[in-house]
Amino acid sequence: MNTIAPAILIIAALVVPAAGALAIALVGRRANLREAVTLVTAAVLLGVVGRLASVIFAGGNARVDGFEVVSGLTFAFEVEPLGMLFALVASTLWIANSIYSIGYMRANDEPRQTLFYVCFAIAIASTIGIAFAKNLFTLFLFYEALTLSTYPLVTHKRDAAAKSGGRTYLLMLLGTSMLIFLPAIIATGYFAGTLDFTVGGILKGRLEGPAVVVLLGLFAFGIGKAALMPLHRWLPAAMVAPTPVSALLHAVAVVKAGVFTITKVVIYIFGIDYLSATGASTWLVYVAGAGVILASLIAMTKDNLKARLAYSTVSQLAYIVTGAMLANGTALVGSSMHIAMHAFGKITLFFCAGAIYTAAHKTEVSELTGLGRAMPITFAAFFVGALSVIGLPPMGGLWSKWYLALGALEADQLVILAALMVSSLLNIAYLLVIPVKAFFGPAPDGASAAGMKEAPLACLIALIATATGCVVLFFYPGPLFSLVGLIQFR
Amino acid sequence: MSAGELAVGTAAAVAHTRTLSEQLPALQVVIPLLGAVLCALVRKGTLAWALALAVTWVMPVIALALLWRVQASGPISYAMGGWAPPWGIEYRIDALSAFVLLLVSGVAAAMLPFARKSIASEIDGDKQSWFYTMFLLCLTGLLGITITGDAFNAFVFLEISSLSTYVMIALGSDRRALLAAYQYLIMGTIGATLYVIGIGFLYTLTGTLNLADIATRLATLGFSPPMLTALSFLIIGISLKLALFPLHVWLPGAYAYAPSFATAFLAATATKVAVYLLVRFLYSVFSLTTLSEPLPVFDLLLALSIAGMLGASIVAVFQDDVKRLLAYSSVAQIGYIMLGVSLANGPGLTGGLVHLANHAVTKAALFLAVGAAYYRLRTVQEMASMTSLKITDLAGLGRQMPWTLAVFTLGGLSIIGVPGTAGFISKWYLALGALEKGWWWVVVVIMASSLIAVVYIGRVIEIAWFREPAGPLREAGRPHPSMIFSMALFGFAIVFFGLDTSWTAKLAVSAANMLLGLGQ
Repeated sequence: MNTIAPAILIIAALVVPAAGALAIALVGRRANLREAVTLVTAAVLLGVVGRLASVIFAGGNARVDGFEVVSGLTFAFEVEPLGMLFALVASTLWIANSIYSIGYMRANDEPRQTLFYVCFAIAIASTIGIAFAKNLFTLFLFYEALTLSTYPLVTHKRDAAAKSGGRTYLLMLLGTSMLIFLPAIIATGYFAGTLDFTVGGILKGRLEGPAVVVLLGLFAFGIGKAALMPLHRWLPAAMVAPTPVSALLHAVAVVKAGVFTITKVVIYIFGIDYLSATGASTWLVYVAGAGVILASLIAMTKDNLKARLAYSTVSQLAYIVTGAMLANGTALVGSSMHIAMHAFGKITLFFCAGAIYTAAHKTEVSELTGLGRAMPITFAAFFVGALSVIGLPPMGGLWSKWYLALGALEADQLVILAALMVSSLLNIAYLLVIPVKAFFGPAPDGASAAGMKEAPLACLIALIATATGCVVLFFYPGPLFSLVGLIQFR
Repeated sequence: MSAGELAVGTAAAVAHTRTLSEQLPALQVVIPLLGAVLCALVRKGTLAWALALAVTWVMPVIALALLWRVQASGPISYAMGGWAPPWGIEYRIDALSAFVLLLVSGVAAAMLPFARKSIASEIDGDKQSWFYTMFLLCLTGLLGITITGDAFNAFVFLEISSLSTYVMIALGSDRRALLAAYQYLIMGTIGATLYVIGIGFLYTLTGTLNLADIATRLATLGFSPPMLTALSFLIIGISLKLALFPLHVWLPGAYAYAPSFATAFLAATATKVAVYLLVRFLYSVFSLTTLSEPLPVFDLLLALSIAGMLGASIVAVFQDDVKRLLAYSSVAQIGYIMLGVSLANGPGLTGGLVHLANHAVTKAALFLAVGAAYYRLRTVQEMASMTSLKITDLAGLGRQMPWTLAVFTLGGLSIIGVPGTAGFISKWYLALGALEKGWWWVVVVIMASSLIAVVYIGRVIEIAWFREPAGPLREAGRPHPSMIFSMALFGFAIVFFGLDTSWTAKLAVSAANMLLGLGQ
């Protein structure tokens, strides 16, 4: 059994990446030691989060009571299954991503690598804070910390494009969070008298009529990290970042922090019974459903690989929001599972995009035709990731889409079911076509069969690992299902 | 607290010999006054600085002792010179004045280590001791306004602080400092004149100058046109001193050209004490009902605060001089404070009062960071004659002076109101206060102003982080440890007061409750 108190584990999960950031800054000039610190920190974090997971699986309770900042605002943590899932995904993929970063950053001879790893570790600490927050205030604190700590990463290149992308990123994320999300939090505190995430919600009987619809809308759009259209522009703008940042932060940590927060608000602030009784979320089902299709359509028009992946992410995030807004248990299981499933699929795709950039210096989809023969491993992994994002067997992505579809049926939303299916077809058209053309298309002119030229080994290890993860999650989704099954909806 | 309660105990016998601890209210003002005299006798700048340091470090100790006594046994009344109020001058410390005393003295004490190197670089050797003299006189005035229970005595202290401030501004290294000081002199004098006219009206109405006494008598008089006149003169006069939009025109110039240390000190304390005086008149002297019926005082103040929060923030975005940018930001932040004052309910007034402290540490951090960068740049030979700091001068600051920029960034985050910083606490209370009135749009205005702050703070930080260091900054080394010490204190305070509010919000809550008569 555990000998360490769960409260200590929570604090350790926050302190380990933060201390890692400090240590990275201190050993900055010695690159090998610095990377070793990153890897060790990531491994220790996964160990700590894993221990916490075993507490949760055993039905245990883990919380830190913290302290009251002012009356009504408490800084406190409590682990529940959904947060556990998010923390597990983030800390697992951080290891893969760190290995990948080492290969990528060195091969591309990127400047300011120490700052890069420091900010990365702080971003992960913020993510853990979001995952384990006991109330909206604590969550909001780390939510803003995540925005601020990823800004230096987005603007890493420091050229004109990075500067303008960074501005869009910062202004849209801070803007939505301060103008919409924070007023929603204040209103929640004012009406409900508490900000704690509570099983069954805290607003029932405190708020009636159209105000419920408005408040939910404020949360849905105020949580800008969820990139719900039309507030998605920051995500393509963030693609100016080095690819490891796009991979872990803008396919996993940041965007998932957004949809995770929306899901938490739906389950623990409003409560799904309250939402389905008031019907306050129905309009958002359609808004998110439209986002699913629209973002896919935009993705089809993008020739830049990372831009296409970004819009694919916008579309997949809308799946999760749709599931949350359907406000029934089945759809929410789908949404929660999709947080994990999409993470593995999309990080694989981004790893591949970065590997292609590193090895072949290509960024546009149209340039990739025939490249599969030179980079078979990368494109095979791309194929696996694409299948998982689309939701085809034998990849983990199937399970979450399956539950989302069942949830739509349960809510009698056949239009939404149709939208999900149409979008999957669009996914095939814009994602699967890339590896197919790479393998079977004609080789580019001039570049005769010069043999294999793959990305550095560290990059390959990482993308093989996450691609394998996609397959493993299809055959062994059991632990995830049982974790999601622990979420109490009422 | 009702006016009647204020008068309780004013007739206390004062003839007996008092112990040192009973003399603390007098010492709070007398020590810096004596210190100023001593400083004027000293020729060497460093020695004057050491004297000023010794004096300012005693101040928060006295303020703390007074606060404890107020918390333990209620308001303190001290009869100056043994003359019992309302005939003599009464020093009166309650939950509000104790809070402001601690704020002013604490900020001054934390800031003074910074002064030595900064002042030595910006002011000629023989004038340095004069600067510290003026600084201590200004501190005397500010503490005096806060501690006194007498309307005319407050005027005297107001003049002491103002006159010494004019000199401090005029000592700035830029020649335009003289014009700025002159402009402030004119505006400040108008403000003081209006104030004293207001006091005159009150005196003819009530026949007394003791604030508590005025309050008691006004309550029995009922509403009359002279009372309205007095109120109008007082509000406009004090609003000039606290730089309420649109009476703020003296402030940007004064802040931009004063010596770096003076700017930081004034931004953190002077306007705050003026706010204190206005709150004292609005809430303790005039009762709330008298105010709202004939003259919509609070509605007017609300409109001006909001205009300041948005207008001054937008103007700040277009400034190229860093100190001027921060000065406009100050005007906007005063708008936040006055918004809380004009909301006139528990959370709102708490928000306004707690922002006195939160904005003080925040702006102190920002101005000190700018002062440190200015100091370092001037040590480089080709920049030695520079007299103002453009944002572009800060290019590459992140590389050359990472700690300074870190403190600046923390201050910027607090101005924006990011959770975990002091600024967030103020905004939380202000938003709750607005919600309690059902004013949704005010919440949106608060957040919109924060967003504009992202733009003007972001402009500075973007240049400081992104641009490569220009030639001069490349040669500039690290600031002096004494400067880093002061900056670090304020940087720490920003985070500390963002997470632990027992020194800020808790005191503000009890002051607000006292003012609104809600009980402790």
